[in-house]
Amino acid sequence: MGLDITKIRQEFPILDNNTLVYLDSAATAQKPKIVLDAMNSYYCTSNANVHRGMHSLAEKATIAYEEARKAAAAFIGAAPQEIVFTRGCTESINLIAKSWGSANLRNNDVVALSLLEHHSNIVPWQQLSSEVKWIGIDDAGHVNMEGLDAILKEGNVKLISITGLSNVLGTMTPLQEIIQKAHNAGALVSVDAAQLIVHKKIDVKELDCDFFSFSGHKLYGPTGIGVLYAKQELLEAMPPFLGGGSMIGEVTTEGFTCADIPQKFEAGTPPITEAVGLCAAIDWLSQFDWTDIAKHEQALMTYAIEQLKSIEGLHLLSQLPIGCLSFTIPGIHPHDLTDMIGQKNICLRAGHHCTMPLHKHLGISASTRMSFAIYNTKDDIDRCIVAMNDAINTLTL
Amino acid sequence: MDLYAENILDHYRNPRNRGEGNGASMTGNEVNPSCGDELTVHLWIENGMLIKLEWEGTGCAISQAGMSILSEELIGKSVDEVLALKKDDVYALLGVPIGPRRYKCALLCLHTVKNAFAPQSWLKTVEIDGE
Ligand SMILES: Cc1ncc(COP(=O)(O)O)c(C=O)c1O
Repeated sequence: MGLDITKIRQEFPILDNNTLVYLDSAATAQKPKIVLDAMNSYYCTSNANVHRGMHSLAEKATIAYEEARKAAAAFIGAAPQEIVFTRGCTESINLIAKSWGSANLRNNDVVALSLLEHHSNIVPWQQLSSEVKWIGIDDAGHVNMEGLDAILKEGNVKLISITGLSNVLGTMTPLQEIIQKAHNAGALVSVDAAQLIVHKKIDVKELDCDFFSFSGHKLYGPTGIGVLYAKQELLEAMPPFLGGGSMIGEVTTEGFTCADIPQKFEAGTPPITEAVGLCAAIDWLSQFDWTDIAKHEQALMTYAIEQLKSIEGLHLLSQLPIGCLSFTIPGIHPHDLTDMIGQKNICLRAGHHCTMPLHKHLGISASTRMSFAIYNTKDDIDRCIVAMNDAINTLTL
Repeated sequence: MDLYAENILDHYRNPRNRGEGNGASMTGNEVNPSCGDELTVHLWIENGMLIKLEWEGTGCAISQAGMSILSEELIGKSVDEVLALKKDDVYALLGVPIGPRRYKCALLCLHTVKNAFAPQSWLKTVEIDGE
């Protein structure tokens, strides 16, 4: 049927007066009004703590929170008890490392990461005593499958933790194939879906991944909430992450027992309003067809690449990107470029995008990234290119 | 006022006192890992005076213009005067508004110069006041 982008844009308050060119949705997406309204309405009519209290308001709040869990589960084809709410993708990955990792990884064990990884999928593994091995990438920015095979062959690989979609190069990883290979070698797979989740329909059962993490705020939802999916038998065997209220069965002066999953991993008052907002975002996004979204975003991508190639010396860091692309321009520092166009209300991201090992591999210290969401238009790209040319002229005159 | 004022752009496009520093008395360097800006400064000291300065580096316009502007200011000063320089002095020299996004770029030059006087800790950034 196709998307009515004009109508979609009208649903985003921040795009109201049409002066903002927001091409930084890979950092965080803008929010449709329906998400903001859902959160406001929750505070105005249903606010109470969850799973604590017998009054009807507490019940209302608990129902809203658990409805959000069901929505997140259905969105990725999981069961509700396999969904743990966290503060974000970063916390989800840390939960895996600190809980599953600490319980299952020994000194000689190996966690394999790709060079594409975000720092949030690197540092938690470096904090453990197990070894980290790196899967390389080719010149087009795609993971080197022979490199993966070689690492698996060396043995002791207990986990591959890998992004589904690079937040810099926009390259997808062949998850299905990676997961099969890992499982054949006796390793589990954790997918960092922070970027993938908003560009592609996911079914975790079909993928057969063991862990799957994402944030609400890149999915048109609020900040402060994330999702960890893990297979039920893994969650059941894993030790708790944080200790506190709600995660316990019983506490005595001698010790404690754990609550059942998923509460076992949700210590303290959770981000309830944010869960309500995430639920609204998932409902909102689910009204669209994934093929329409992909078609729209790919058309923008193709157009952007065409336009960017008209800039002298511009070097694209990857081929066949999805969702975002990054580039360098000789003699123009990304911070100068984005600062200057930022003064015209045009938002691109500059820096290492939390991927220092990838940038080191590429032999650069920083790049500029353009990323696309459902509300972007060719006009956004045109206005960005004009501003970029102005900035380049000013800097090189 | 614009961060990319004419004096900044002028120093960025035509940097002053660039050079490899052959024969310098001391050298300092500093990087800004979050943006990859990099500066190396070479100083010639004679009788407690900074008589010559050369610098090399790569990075954004603010960090590179900052070093160029500071280099002109420093030559001819006594070592004591150089060591007494504060971040506000650098802001004043640049003469443009430096916000929280760019203060690290703007102050890289001062860190680099101060690092030259503290060779033991050259891998560590020498603290400058109140940052
Ligand atoms: C690929 C990738 N992984 C992980 C993250 C971390 O997400 P968050 O900062 O929301 O926890 C991001 C976002 O910055 C990302 O792009």
